[in-house]
Amino acid sequence: MHPFEFHAASNEGDAIALRTTHADARFLAGGTTLVDLMKHDVERPAHVIDINALDLARVTEEFGGIRIGAMVRNSDLAHHPLVRDRFPVLSQALLAGASPQLRNMASTGGNLLQRTRCYYFRDVASPCNKREPGSGCGALHGYNRIHAILGTSEHCIATHPSDMAVALMALDAVVHVRGARGERAIPLGQFYLLPADHPELETTLASDELIVSVHVPALDFARRSLYLKVRDRASYAFALASAAVALDMTGGTIRDARIALGGVGTVPWRARAAEEVLRGRRLESQTLQRAADAALQGAIPRGHNAFKIDLARRTLMRALARAGELS
Amino acid sequence: MQIDITLSVNGERHALAVDPRTTLLDALRERLRLTGTKKGCDLGQCGACTVHIDGRRVLACLTLAAAVGDKEVRTVEGLAAGDALHPVQQAFLDCDGFQCGYCTPGQIMSAVALLDEPCGPNDDDVRELMSGNICRCGAYPNIVDAIQHVRSTQGTRG
Repeated sequence: MHPFEFHAASNEGDAIALRTTHADARFLAGGTTLVDLMKHDVERPAHVIDINALDLARVTEEFGGIRIGAMVRNSDLAHHPLVRDRFPVLSQALLAGASPQLRNMASTGGNLLQRTRCYYFRDVASPCNKREPGSGCGALHGYNRIHAILGTSEHCIATHPSDMAVALMALDAVVHVRGARGERAIPLGQFYLLPADHPELETTLASDELIVSVHVPALDFARRSLYLKVRDRASYAFALASAAVALDMTGGTIRDARIALGGVGTVPWRARAAEEVLRGRRLESQTLQRAADAALQGAIPRGHNAFKIDLARRTLMRALARAGELS
Repeated sequence: MQIDITLSVNGERHALAVDPRTTLLDALRERLRLTGTKKGCDLGQCGACTVHIDGRRVLACLTLAAAVGDKEVRTVEGLAAGDALHPVQQAFLDCDGFQCGYCTPGQIMSAVALLDEPCGPNDDDVRELMSGNICRCGAYPNIVDAIQHVRSTQGTRG
């Protein structure tokens, strides 16, 4: 691990001031991504700003939705009564991620910013355009079984690893950030950047900005929602494919739907075309197949990960069918 | 560069000067000589370094010692009361919940925390909540037995 200077921030203003003063700095929340990547020398900040003392660990009700403080731990959020009751998809996504120990550590803001599990990104001896712009992509023609099929470019096919962010994407969450120039709100759909020509740029967050909270707007039909995750082992593994779905049903007809996919995209993948297919239709297998086709349209297999196209289609169809059976 | 920190471990406070890179795991093992907490992968993937911070189970290998602050750390050395083992420790003995024993302190710290977490009644529920602790010997069936034994004698939350 490279040497760094440790700073303990006592409040938001303090944290942002420290980040503004020190260009080469990282905020330390749960540390589950940052400390891991610092051990790999992938992250080499000269300054680490500990934000664990910040008063950002509350979940509150807001206009029928919820506001989640950036330092709310994944386990606390998953078990919060408001989340379990109104947004089961979010609770399930959180509990499908990592292990109990990691969920006790990982924060809401940190989860949104967690880095890819791409082997080539994590190995400083390999080329990686995300870690070292211009060095090439080891995954493109390498061992790419876990890699993305949606939102990729010729420079990067790294998968976004979060489960929580997939659920939040389906729920139209909004990220509230604070920086030296004040506060702003970023809809999650505009938070992540596709790799395109610059895989090293992952979000629209400015370098001096701190995530302070995430707002999940009211959505009555999110009570009929779920998260389905498919992985190599039954637990404690990243998604090969996952689906966050919410259905607004009247009788057997779908009035509205929310769909996002995980494990297959370079960013948490909202599938609006699939939602459009479902609106006004009955929940029948042919409709589910058309929705799944729409969701995977444009998917590009790169060799080892070709199986993900069918896997993601089936994961989504099963998730929708199960959601339709919920009361 | 060294920084001054205070760690509160198993009810005792320790003043230390550490390199900021020092993890809680290394501080416990190398500085406080509390070697019950094990270093397995050192990358947050195996659970051997599981300890409690303010009663919650976390991974000591991904926790910077400087970031612990004034929170209370509990390690496997802090479970027994003198010669009286913690019920989970006794259950691991009674159920033969280990083979080589390397992952055992982490398994036990996870299991003790699990008793206070929302967990369904079935073996599968326990397996899911113990998935962050890898046992290379494959003692899993007896580990589940040990935990279920304690839960059945203490009553379960969930």
